[in-house]
Amino acid sequence: MRRGPSAFNIAAITLGMGFLYLPIVLLVIYSFNASRLVTVWGGFSTRWYASLFQNEQLLAAAWVTLRVAFVSATLATVLGALAALGLVRAGRFRGRTLFSSMTYAPLVMPEVILGLSLLLLFVSVGLPRGFWTVTIAHTTLTLCYATVVVQARLVSFDEALEEAARDLGAPPWKAFVLVTLPNIAPAVAAAWMLAFTLSLDDLVIASFTTGPGATTLPIRIYSAVRLGVSPEINAISTLLIGLVATGVIAVYLLNMRRRTPGA
Amino acid sequence: MNAKPRLNIGAVRSSFAPWADPSASPLVRFEAVTKRFGGETAVDAVSLDIYEGEFFALLGPSGCGKTTLMRMLAGFETPDAGRITLAGQDLAGRPPHLRPVNMMFQSYALFPHLSVAQNIAFGLRQQKKPKGEVAARVDEMLALVRLEGLAHRKPDQLSGGQRQRVALARAIAPKPRMLLLDEPLGALDRKLREETQFELMALQQRLGMTFLIVTHDQEEAMITADRIAVMRAGQLAQIGRPAEVYEAPNSRYVADFIGDVNLFEARVTEDDGDIIRLASPEAPDGLEAIEDDEVPVGSTAWLAVRPEKMRVHLDPPPPGPNRLEGQVADIGYLGDWTTYLVELPGGRTIRAARANASRVVERPVDWDDKVWLTFAPDSAVVLTQ
Repeated sequence: MRRGPSAFNIAAITLGMGFLYLPIVLLVIYSFNASRLVTVWGGFSTRWYASLFQNEQLLAAAWVTLRVAFVSATLATVLGALAALGLVRAGRFRGRTLFSSMTYAPLVMPEVILGLSLLLLFVSVGLPRGFWTVTIAHTTLTLCYATVVVQARLVSFDEALEEAARDLGAPPWKAFVLVTLPNIAPAVAAAWMLAFTLSLDDLVIASFTTGPGATTLPIRIYSAVRLGVSPEINAISTLLIGLVATGVIAVYLLNMRRRTPGA
Repeated sequence: MNAKPRLNIGAVRSSFAPWADPSASPLVRFEAVTKRFGGETAVDAVSLDIYEGEFFALLGPSGCGKTTLMRMLAGFETPDAGRITLAGQDLAGRPPHLRPVNMMFQSYALFPHLSVAQNIAFGLRQQKKPKGEVAARVDEMLALVRLEGLAHRKPDQLSGGQRQRVALARAIAPKPRMLLLDEPLGALDRKLREETQFELMALQQRLGMTFLIVTHDQEEAMITADRIAVMRAGQLAQIGRPAEVYEAPNSRYVADFIGDVNLFEARVTEDDGDIIRLASPEAPDGLEAIEDDEVPVGSTAWLAVRPEKMRVHLDPPPPGPNRLEGQVADIGYLGDWTTYLVELPGGRTIRAARANASRVVERPVDWDDKVWLTFAPDSAVVLTQ
């Protein structure tokens, strides 16, 4: 005897979801608007998507963003996995608590401060702002997320597995590659996806650390919107939403898979 | 501690006793091995020889250092002092993957992402054996542990007993000089555990491989092992065949740890070389035991008597040594055995056990019955420590 959700539940869910997703739904709908005026519906059309692919400035920005996201996510995942290994495996070393809290600090640090401090660093060491400074900054931002994701998996990983591999004749590095890595791979992939997604939509840190020739998509969109919203922006935003949503769903699925029996 | 030939203590493989042969050299030798964790000494100057083909058990309560001792042999822990040699070679500085010993882990540690066959092949692949040879050995191992049909299953699709056998097959497959088993049967239920104990013993005999088992379960050690080392707080309390350790314990600790025991604190009154006589307020006519070792007259000793060696009488037996009087305080009926807890006048409770050899008993012993307990002088062991 299970009754369906009450009227109150339905109302609460509708309001909550509407609050969260109505703006996004509107944006997606208006990206298919035939009218040049953003707020007036002029019928269905994909012309803004077509014109988007003619807009070289936007395409260049998208390409920069993807490259930054790819490189920084890869760096962050490798470094994050190493940090997680250190935190889980090294046991109780001196300063372990300090190390772990310092790894997590960027999670709660205001992005403005992170961006500003990175800018100051780059200026003081004389690093010209551009692709690499944005990439380094995004690595810093996403590293802690990657660490958290990989660490969660490593904690539940039975270290006896790696010992068994070494006992059976595998040198330590090979035991790691043959046994540990395949077992934490879903978490590593999830960490990469998360880092990639975070880098993709970051505006604040990118605008602090970017330089000529390395304008990312969020920066381009932001500056374009200040001059007036064009339906092209709606179109590229819709594509961006699709990409981010795919990433988030992939992370979710990878995390689900590791919870199924097999550990 | 030496066996007493006159008592003729039984043994499983009486012809197999390389440790008694002074010309035999051990396969593994621990020389005053010490290991400390922080301030605690886990293993304290342990010296131990294990011979080729032996089934050796390290037995002790948790935290006695038995697992640490095994992990030092496997290479996962480094001794702080002392030396471990295998076939005469010092193992110091040799990492686990270069040691010709394999370990079966307590958690089995099966690789969850690999199939049963791939798990078993893991060690062989590390040895860079040709493909055909690996496949043949894997099939041989699967047959050995009776898992032929399950080669392509993943570990999480197996029962506990099957996993245990995969772990065993995986450790045996690379033909190690020695197999280390860390609480190998701990996770199995009672019935399966008993079966597996005998299987393990049969397997070891068939392979002729040296086995070292670490366990806290005395029954497991007694059934499987040729020799048992009883450990206590990082030290060896006694080494011997199961029957020696049980029938001729060298200390109250060993007597109490292996099986049940009744201990009588008594004063030695006479030692005629064969028979030792002792005085205890609990035995009005004194105590007697056959003992070859000298015990100084006038000193305090403990007489250890196993419950199954106590005879229970409802009618008073003729007066004489080794005769106790008491009242039945409790009866534990186990089906095959019955344990009687008999309270002595002094208030102490003594255990007596009797095999239920027949279904019907003419005069059953009942609660609160007045009973007499006797035991033979050669059933008692005199302990001085």
